[in-house]
Amino acid sequence: MFLDAGGRAPLLPQARAAFVEALDQGWADPRRLHTEGRRARMLLDGAREAIASVVGVRTEDVDLAPSHTAALHSAVLAVAAGRRRVGRQVVVSAVERAAVHAAADRVAPDARVAVPVDRFGRVELDAFVAAVEGGGVALAALQHANGEVGTLQPVAAAHEAARRAGVPLLVDAGASLGHVPVGPEWDLLAGDAGDWGGPAGIGVLVTRPGVRRSPDRPDDEDRWFPGGVSVPAALAAAVALQVAEADRAAQDSLRRALVDRIRDRVGADVPDVDVVGDPVDRLPHVVTFSCLYVDGEALVGGLDALGFAVGSGSACTSSALEPSHVLAAMGVLTHGNVRLGLPRDLAPADVDRFLVALPSVVARVRDAFGVAGL
Amino acid sequence: MTSPDSAVVVDARGLRCPAPVIRLARAARDVPAGTELTVLATDPAAVHDVPAWARMRGHELVSATEDDGVHAITVRTR
Repeated sequence: MFLDAGGRAPLLPQARAAFVEALDQGWADPRRLHTEGRRARMLLDGAREAIASVVGVRTEDVDLAPSHTAALHSAVLAVAAGRRRVGRQVVVSAVERAAVHAAADRVAPDARVAVPVDRFGRVELDAFVAAVEGGGVALAALQHANGEVGTLQPVAAAHEAARRAGVPLLVDAGASLGHVPVGPEWDLLAGDAGDWGGPAGIGVLVTRPGVRRSPDRPDDEDRWFPGGVSVPAALAAAVALQVAEADRAAQDSLRRALVDRIRDRVGADVPDVDVVGDPVDRLPHVVTFSCLYVDGEALVGGLDALGFAVGSGSACTSSALEPSHVLAAMGVLTHGNVRLGLPRDLAPADVDRFLVALPSVVARVRDAFGVAGL
Repeated sequence: MTSPDSAVVVDARGLRCPAPVIRLARAARDVPAGTELTVLATDPAAVHDVPAWARMRGHELVSATEDDGVHAITVRTR
């Protein structure tokens, strides 16, 4: 049972069909002027148009990137380059994606201004506003929702403050698009096709007219993402977003209720557990909890052995051997962490099977470490 | 570190999460309330997990310092 859909959800069948169809119709290089090239170009433009329509923007404001990470890097670096005369600070929440933090660090060694979050992972709005208004700010970045813990961020208020200060706001909607309404309160918007049920390898960057950007890469016909993207992947991403959007309300109520059940049952059935993130003001499909005295790697492995695929923000489960900077910034346990991203159409009975299995897996890992009575 | 000579030091250097917290919890079980315990750890996760553990168990976080990659985190047991 796949319970790790955050950032890489199972490919929607309609997206798969569109991908296969586009392999036949859109295999050619869209930059070429012959019939085959023009057909590929038409499909690519159609994909941008469809994505623009779902987001509610003009097609020419939509750029397709080879990944969500590349979209975020470009947003930060190109705006910082375009506004370098204004300042070089990049104001971010402490729980932005690593790609945003890393890109801000690339602007200048001291460019990144990270604003703390509360216990739910929500940015401290007053501090964020003060930092944005502080002067010398090239760009501010606040995610729409945190993909690790689900908490929605106060983007409307942050955008209002950024607008007053004349600072463009990048909103990373990589965990939100296709799941919750994203709203119009942003100047740059990033999205991730792999998260909404499209293929991996397509990111989206939408830029409002008037936001000053300078290319940070060598010149190319594709100005912001040199080399362009795969046409079949772009088409499949657009189809997936349309499907996800059409089905959003039904998937919201289904998964929101399942997350509520998981939050209640995990808190009641597993001793010494921290169920983290905002319990109400959150994404419908993301839930995270940390189990005291439990090795995250053993927990993920024990669940996998029973057929449950889950994510984790614990250090021992990451290649970097560093704990999740999101959990760390929230001040919650980073070890023994389980991160669930519920896929669409998940059967409630499957969630119940997981909830029955979890307490005994946790108990087994704890027994192995001899932590009873601590 | 401001711990008096009688302070209990738990050496968890070289151990990975969650071992430093487990060692500290074992030490905390065996001392009277109000004792200051200092854990030494090289695992960066301990910096976040010891305060979170203290919060869950009602212990008080006294101090947290770092010297050459070794974190020294002191709590007072409840």
